[in-house]
Amino acid sequence: MSDMNQQMAARYKNNFLKEVEAQVEMGEWVKMCMQCGVCAGSCPTNFHPGWEHPPQEIFMMIRAGKREEVLTSPSMWMCTSCYNCYVRCPRKLPITHIMHGLAEYAYQLGVAPKFQPTQHLSKTFWDNCTKTGRVNEVKLTQTLYFRDGLMAGIKQGLAMKDVALGLVKAKRLNLMEALGFGHKCKDIKGIHAMLAKARELEAKRKGRQPA
Amino acid sequence: MADMKTAAYICKGCELGTRLDAAALVKTATKEGKMHLVREHDFLCSAEGVAMIQNDIDNEGVTHAAICACSRRAKTEAFNFPTTAISRGNLREGVIWVRPDTDEARETTQEMAEDYVRMACAEVKAMTQPKGNPNTGGVKTLLVVGGGISGMTAALEAARAGYKVVLVEKTGALGGWTAKLHKRIPTREPFKSPEDNGIADLIAQIEADANIKVYLNATLAKTAGAPGRFKVDIAVESGPTATEDVGAIVQATGFTPYDMNKLPHLGGGQANVVDQAGLEALARAANGGPIKRADGKEVKSVVFVQCAGQRDTTGEHLQYCSGHCCNTSIKQAMYFKDGNPDIDTVVLYTDLRTPGNGEDFYRSAQNKGVIFSKGAVSRVESAGGGCKVKFKDLILNEETEAEADLVVLATGMVPTSGPDLDALAEATRVAEGGDEAAKEQVIQLRSKSVLNLEYRQGPDIPQFKHGFNDSHFICFPYETRRTAIYAAGPVRRPMDTAQAVEDATGAAMKAIQAMENAGLGRAAHPRAGDLSFPTARLEGCTQCKRCTVECPFGAIDEDERRFPLFNESRCRRCGTCMGACPVRVISFENYSVNTVGAQIKAVDIPDEFSEKPRILILACENDAYPALDMAAMNRYEYSAFVRAIPVRCLGSVNTIWITDALNSGFDGVMLMGCKHGEEYQCHFVKGSELGRYRMSKVYDTLKGMNLEEQRLMDLEVAITDIETLPQRINDYAAKIVEMGMSPFKGL
Repeated sequence: MSDMNQQMAARYKNNFLKEVEAQVEMGEWVKMCMQCGVCAGSCPTNFHPGWEHPPQEIFMMIRAGKREEVLTSPSMWMCTSCYNCYVRCPRKLPITHIMHGLAEYAYQLGVAPKFQPTQHLSKTFWDNCTKTGRVNEVKLTQTLYFRDGLMAGIKQGLAMKDVALGLVKAKRLNLMEALGFGHKCKDIKGIHAMLAKARELEAKRKGRQPA
Repeated sequence: MADMKTAAYICKGCELGTRLDAAALVKTATKEGKMHLVREHDFLCSAEGVAMIQNDIDNEGVTHAAICACSRRAKTEAFNFPTTAISRGNLREGVIWVRPDTDEARETTQEMAEDYVRMACAEVKAMTQPKGNPNTGGVKTLLVVGGGISGMTAALEAARAGYKVVLVEKTGALGGWTAKLHKRIPTREPFKSPEDNGIADLIAQIEADANIKVYLNATLAKTAGAPGRFKVDIAVESGPTATEDVGAIVQATGFTPYDMNKLPHLGGGQANVVDQAGLEALARAANGGPIKRADGKEVKSVVFVQCAGQRDTTGEHLQYCSGHCCNTSIKQAMYFKDGNPDIDTVVLYTDLRTPGNGEDFYRSAQNKGVIFSKGAVSRVESAGGGCKVKFKDLILNEETEAEADLVVLATGMVPTSGPDLDALAEATRVAEGGDEAAKEQVIQLRSKSVLNLEYRQGPDIPQFKHGFNDSHFICFPYETRRTAIYAAGPVRRPMDTAQAVEDATGAAMKAIQAMENAGLGRAAHPRAGDLSFPTARLEGCTQCKRCTVECPFGAIDEDERRFPLFNESRCRRCGTCMGACPVRVISFENYSVNTVGAQIKAVDIPDEFSEKPRILILACENDAYPALDMAAMNRYEYSAFVRAIPVRCLGSVNTIWITDALNSGFDGVMLMGCKHGEEYQCHFVKGSELGRYRMSKVYDTLKGMNLEEQRLMDLEVAITDIETLPQRINDYAAKIVEMGMSPFKGL
């Protein structure tokens, strides 16, 4: 992974804006920000400590070539995808998507902050869901609950047990999923082939080495 | 006048008939107004009512008519009798609309109405109908000073409207700064790329137009005369001086870029630092190819520094924003990007301002990859083969730096507006005392003159803020403080070419209007079309020079015996001279010390035990009187004790009116005029200020009469004070009641 990081840094000769435009989903919009700050003013997270930099600062840092600071920042991982900034941006920048694009790119380069909870959830969810084409809810919950150790997992489980029982009664949760049963896509191989093709296309489009 | 026949008309429309006792008003006009003919009508402004008045004029020989109906600002088209002197008794806006329709108010309301009838009758008898002086000068040639885009536009617009134009350009070629631009900011859809500067086409049009006479390498040596009859001496380099007769002048003398050598900290004077004009020169030299520095190196990276020496709060550099520079830097960044997208172009700004359709242009530049960084530049140093720009990134809040082959400073516009008249007047005053340095300064300041006007107020049009030839006529941006001389383009305020074209077109239209008015003996703005003009009864004149000095428009010179000599077509008919005259010899046909004085004397003053004080309001007709009318339209009520008389300007108020009013038993006088000072709103520039200055002297008179100072009240009224004005009147009326009645009643 850090190979890719070095590769990309070298390829764009420290022109980080160009790198973002080519490699980050919706990155070509970054140059259009006019630094008004409406995004920052609209964010409902109100920049609690996890947000180091509001979006317009991130955009400014990209233009100023602050590659390291941007990619390792936890800021874009804090986005809750409420789309408030996206709707309000007078320049119509797809800010939410750019935040996700940056987060994903940082992850691909292996420089995203470790143990970042949003990142952990995203990774867990993705792996879980792409395995069979459907989410295995029991395993997803287990992985999340027991992330901080056995005791913490049990505590969390007990706290949520009423919700879980309700879901089971309403047939929204199949406990057999814990043993590998439960809903799955019919053509799992097809799903995997599709995802592989998508990755290949993306690598081609962005000039990356196929994974 | 021997054959004066007077008539009064009482209107009963608009509820006047039901709210007021019309028969009593007729009696007032007959018995007290002593009008020869008094008629009432149910609907005076109707065709029938107007025909009735016209019939009296035609068949009864009525020469003076008092129309007692609505405000003089209403129904002016219906009550338009050009040969008859007309006064208006304001019974509608002045009485019934500001009074409650109650039994207890009826008596005071009726008294108010009767007073306005008396006043209208008294006023009209003191008036004559102005005929206008058509012999003030009928030259219809426009002089345009400056051959840049503003001047050429003004010349072409006037020529297209059918007027002859004389265009004087200081340099050897037309085009001005715009001709020096490689390209200009786009003026049409889709506003995405710089466009041709358009100058070649304009010059061709000028050369092809038989109405336009061009003087190159020429300046104005002397401008004498007045609107409609200016005589200008045009000094042509290496040639004889030419003389032209012109009717009006458009001054489009443009600007010079602020000298970047005054900005050494931003690299002004360094080899690889240019101003925006310097970059235009480089771009023109490159002619579409790669832009090279003076040393021949191709520019691969460039930093634009916005607001260089502009919006400066220290007072050392320009304090204002020049308006065009953000768009200009965007345009110049595109010179690089359009040629080679790999060139790094960074614009460092604190606030990016792109007026008009500049927002699309800005977005286009972002799309082309121009980087815009919000940063305040502190230093530009030469480093390596280029420059190092140190700045504070205002978004990331950190000191940082950028390197570039070339730095472009957006230095802003300095108007070519001639000497500051106040400084010149002061230097002249000191020089007269024999001071050699001051004499030198006078010569130096005079040498900067653009128009070389033979006006006692100085050789050029006055400057307003930051040396621009603006006028601060808030509602009338093209007006200046010298009649028929209009400033257009960046000499008036900072602007780009598109705005300059618009500005020049407007100025040309105003100039045409001024020439036409001058030819007919009519006033220019704000009393456009007024045919009256001031005359002085010279037998009584003491040659005190107050009128000549105080006239805000330089309309009054002195003849060889030091009597006032009116340049009628320069005059705006404000009456400031009339207000100034201590011996009251200056008057207009339809506005004089007498017309107002007679109204004041006509008001019936109840005795001091009546509990009915009388308050005189002298209200500026431009702002205060319309505000009173509009308050009435909104039915805001105010005291029945006031009697309002419109005046042309607070500057025309002669102190005799105040002393007469107080002597005859008025309990208070309210003056309503426009704001004066730096942010003045006076339509006659200095009128309200001069008026107020004079009024401050009246307080001594009050003291002499043993009257309280509060008997005179000076109010600053704007046309928007519709809601607050009635309250202020009522407060003052209450104060007068509290103070008690004037001891001068019935004397």
